[in-house]
Amino acid sequence: MPNLLEIQNLHVTVEDKEILRGLTLTVPAGEAHAVMGPNGSGKSTLAHVLAGRPGYEVTKGDIRFRGKNLLEMAPEVRAREGVFLGLQYPVEIPGVSNMYFLKAALNALRTHRGEQELDAVEFLKIAREKATLLEIDENLLQRGVNVGFSGGEKKRNEIFQMALLDPTLAVLDETDSGLDIDALKVVANGINALRSPERAILMITHYQRLLEYIVPDKVHVLSDGQIVETGGKELALELEKTGYATFEKKRAPDVAASAPAQSA
Amino acid sequence: MLSTFEKLGIPLKEQEALAGVAVDAVFDSISVATTYKEKLAEVGVIFCPMSEAVANHPELVKKYLGSVVPYSDNFFATLNSAVFSDGSFVYVPEGVRCPMELSTYFRINAAKTGQFERTLIVAEKGSYVSYLEGCTAPMRDENQLHAAVVELVAMDDAEIKYSTVQNWYPGDKDGKGGIYNFVTKRGACRGRNSKISWTQVETGSAITWKYPSCILQGDNSVGEFYSVATTSNHQQADTGTKMIHIGKNTRSTIISKGISAGQSQNTYRGLVKILGGAANARNYTQCDSLLLGDRCGAHTVPYIESRNRTAHVEHEATTSKISEDQLFYCNQRGLSQEDAVSTSARKSSRNCRSSLPLRPRN
Amino acid sequence: MTQIGSAYIERYPEWQNGLPGRNLAWLSELRADAFARFAERGFPTRKTEAWKYTNLAPLAKDVFAPQTAASGKMPATVPAHIPDLGTAHRIVFVNGRAESDGSTHNALPKGVRLMTLGEALKEAPDLIADHLATDNKPEEPAFLDMNTALMTEGAVLTIEPGVELEAPVHLFFLTTDAAARSAMHLRNLIMAGKGSAATVFESYLGTGKAEYWTNVVTEIRVEEKARLHHHKLQSEGEAAYHIAMTLTKIEDHATYDSFAMSLGGSLARNEIRALLDGSGIDCRLNGINLARQRPHLDTTTTIDHAKPGSTCNETYKSVVGDHAETVFQGKIIVRPDAQKTAAHQLNRNLLLSDEAQANTKPELRIHADDVQCSHGATVSELDEQALFYLRSRGLSENAARSLLTEAFVTEMLDDIENISIREALRHAMADWLAGLSGTGGQA
Ligand SMILES: Nc1ncnc2c1ncn2[C@@H]1O[C@H](COP(=O)(O)OP(=O)(O)OP(=O)(O)O)[C@@H](O)[C@H]1O
Ligand SMILES: [Mg+2]
Repeated sequence: MPNLLEIQNLHVTVEDKEILRGLTLTVPAGEAHAVMGPNGSGKSTLAHVLAGRPGYEVTKGDIRFRGKNLLEMAPEVRAREGVFLGLQYPVEIPGVSNMYFLKAALNALRTHRGEQELDAVEFLKIAREKATLLEIDENLLQRGVNVGFSGGEKKRNEIFQMALLDPTLAVLDETDSGLDIDALKVVANGINALRSPERAILMITHYQRLLEYIVPDKVHVLSDGQIVETGGKELALELEKTGYATFEKKRAPDVAASAPAQSA
Repeated sequence: MLSTFEKLGIPLKEQEALAGVAVDAVFDSISVATTYKEKLAEVGVIFCPMSEAVANHPELVKKYLGSVVPYSDNFFATLNSAVFSDGSFVYVPEGVRCPMELSTYFRINAAKTGQFERTLIVAEKGSYVSYLEGCTAPMRDENQLHAAVVELVAMDDAEIKYSTVQNWYPGDKDGKGGIYNFVTKRGACRGRNSKISWTQVETGSAITWKYPSCILQGDNSVGEFYSVATTSNHQQADTGTKMIHIGKNTRSTIISKGISAGQSQNTYRGLVKILGGAANARNYTQCDSLLLGDRCGAHTVPYIESRNRTAHVEHEATTSKISEDQLFYCNQRGLSQEDAVSTSARKSSRNCRSSLPLRPRN
Repeated sequence: MTQIGSAYIERYPEWQNGLPGRNLAWLSELRADAFARFAERGFPTRKTEAWKYTNLAPLAKDVFAPQTAASGKMPATVPAHIPDLGTAHRIVFVNGRAESDGSTHNALPKGVRLMTLGEALKEAPDLIADHLATDNKPEEPAFLDMNTALMTEGAVLTIEPGVELEAPVHLFFLTTDAAARSAMHLRNLIMAGKGSAATVFESYLGTGKAEYWTNVVTEIRVEEKARLHHHKLQSEGEAAYHIAMTLTKIEDHATYDSFAMSLGGSLARNEIRALLDGSGIDCRLNGINLARQRPHLDTTTTIDHAKPGSTCNETYKSVVGDHAETVFQGKIIVRPDAQKTAAHQLNRNLLLSDEAQANTKPELRIHADDVQCSHGATVSELDEQALFYLRSRGLSENAARSLLTEAFVTEMLDDIENISIREALRHAMADWLAGLSGTGGQA
């Protein structure tokens, strides 16, 4: 399998603070990978950098997506090329209706791919289909983007958007947190429906539970800005039992030396 | 030390509050005693009357005096510059955290006079100082004028905390007598990451005009203003702050609580000005006013001027009497109507009081 | 002392001759008194608190002679510019003169009169005498006085008690380059009798690039239990000056619902003074300032609660791009008698460019204790997080910016009950927003 995503020695600084310190990670097409790690280790930072959020400075390293230099692309170009980021904290946008926004987004994507824009009727048909799949109340679609949505509804809305935009690489930042058990199953179904030999999924999670529904091909441990361990799905189970303490010691010595002491 | 105060005739209650703090006592604009001077000298902190500073540290005084508040700034500043007789001078050298609270204690004794003291506090790179200004005047039927000038200068990474408990004589219940308190207070955050924080509890004076300000020049510098102003009888308080954002990433917070009673007028007046270069500046302002009685007034007059797209300014203000819900809640807990009112009023001022170095006397 | 405006004092005698209603002694006296007051003080300067943020020097640098030449012919191209309000009763003024061709107010229901000021001074001078220049005056009356002294035309609308007017009344003021360098001193009067209901749409359109000055005063009385919806669109020409003052007196249990959208002119001030002279009043003042290129748009409002138990709600928003500048001054007064007042105000400003400027001064003056009053003000750019969110879904930066800008203001229109007016305003807003993309974007 060719590598869909290749991250080499990535260093990222936010407001003069180095968060990612030489992160290397590859995800081949057709695979689903999980990234786990303690709070503040840099997981969301990684997700944001992949999507091109302003404010993150890449000081060193390289990201290739289907062989192309991802770092050179504006956020919207990445989206049109097939990168989707499901946010840990989806943003509320009063005054912009969910439907209007998604139609504009989907049509921007279609134009980029050389496809015909959808008219309102065609769009609504597809949107309804996906909304049914994810058991999303149609009322939510008419409301302002995420405005007044519960935590779980916001997460479900992210996956709904993903289903609609049909990305090649889905980066999902703690999509499972805030979901009740039933919603978790629905969301997992939505994610599994996206799995295919051409696509890949990068799931950031704190819990083994999600991985029971979406079985990962690999599990990575991110600690202090680096991937310190990579294993199979059993690694997640082991983490659940032992926590991150054993892996933190594996950090590269120069980084470990300068890292602040970790409290329990 | 206490005996000094005793000799000076400061009431015992006030003496207690001042124990354990380095104090420069200024009576009728003349500095009469400065305590703990030697201890402060050990770490290099200069704390002395302005008259002494002019004699012993002329280079420092020359460099900084009038550098924040120019002589021509406003009528009362000009008056002060022309006639100021004394005041306090504080100099905290680079890297020094001033080991104790500093305090100046003002008292206007003489009748029909004005007090025109001038205070200058300079905090060099990486230093810290907390300063408390306290004052009282005996009751007199004539009005007295207090036209002080306070200048603060904070260099890189320095922090100055300036607190005031202003309980000058407000005049009697018919509005006779009392101090006219027209004070110019201004701090310059000259250095990067510097911080100036003004805290004031204003309960006294017949008329107060006072707007402690911060000029946020250094990048990432921080200005704060916490104020509780209470007025009763015929008092008039017109107070607030000016936050001038010049440097990048400068931040300011303004929290003002006003409580008016009797026939008094209580005004918050403030300016938040964001200049073109103040990228990513942030201001948050909250002003709440409570009215106790139907013959008083509460006024909120903020001015906001923004010339930088990336700045965020947010202002909120409310004016109300104590709400039925609050009263009900207090009654439920067994408090009488009157207790409930004073509890609410106190609660609304807690925010500020908790940031005072000394617990103000009740 | 050379006061700004002194040139007007020199030329006043010469202008007087062309003014309407010269046969009415009371009016001549009113005009003379008003002019004397103006002459004494001249134009306000920035030292006047009410004009702190608006510099009138550009307006005062030249004299704008009152437009008295009878050039009120509708240019052939104009009807296309008139917002289509369906069945509205319309009265049209071109370059400050009444234009009967475009007016469509013949079929007014019984109990409603819509006249030009000129007609009213001839046909119903007593009505005008009763309602003109009441004591509901602004803090700084210079332009009111000048208007009283020099007013030439305007619309007069009276609605008898109990009459409910279905179709909106459209007061349409058009100015073309034929009015270059002149001043239109317009005076409108709206009297809504007890228990009546009406919707009035006041719109100002400039079609050319010439400098001219609209100085308009609208006096309104909303009597007991009447409901008046008053909407305004200011889209004067790009070099125009627009100084407008709306003085509204509201009585017991009446509703006054005002919405103003300003997007034209080089210097425009929309001042509203609402006197809540009764109990149980519902007063709403809302509006939008849309400023791009180089204009200076000033909204100044005063809501004066004189009696107990009334409510006001006010929301104004500004979008400021390019080198534009906006001002919002919103004063809420609660007089000692006005217990049980609820007054809430919000002002939000969106800065789109590095050179844009917003000034805001919300103000509460509260003299009664049993009240619930609040105000809030914000100034900021578009939300970075929202911008990124939209882009991360594939929207271009420009598309995301204009979508968020539209979202900032568009919800303001939802409260306008009359659909045709709402759509006319939405249309004007959409045109404005469309002109924004490309110029408003920054790296
Ligand atoms: N804008 C920012 N400014 C300053 N520090 C930041 C910023 N964004 C992130 N950080 C810091 O970077 C570090 C990594 O944050 P990040 O959100 O990537 O962690 P995370 O692994 O996703 O944690 P969590 O499991 O809690 O979601 C944290 O210490 C955080 O405080
Ligand atoms: Mg995270």
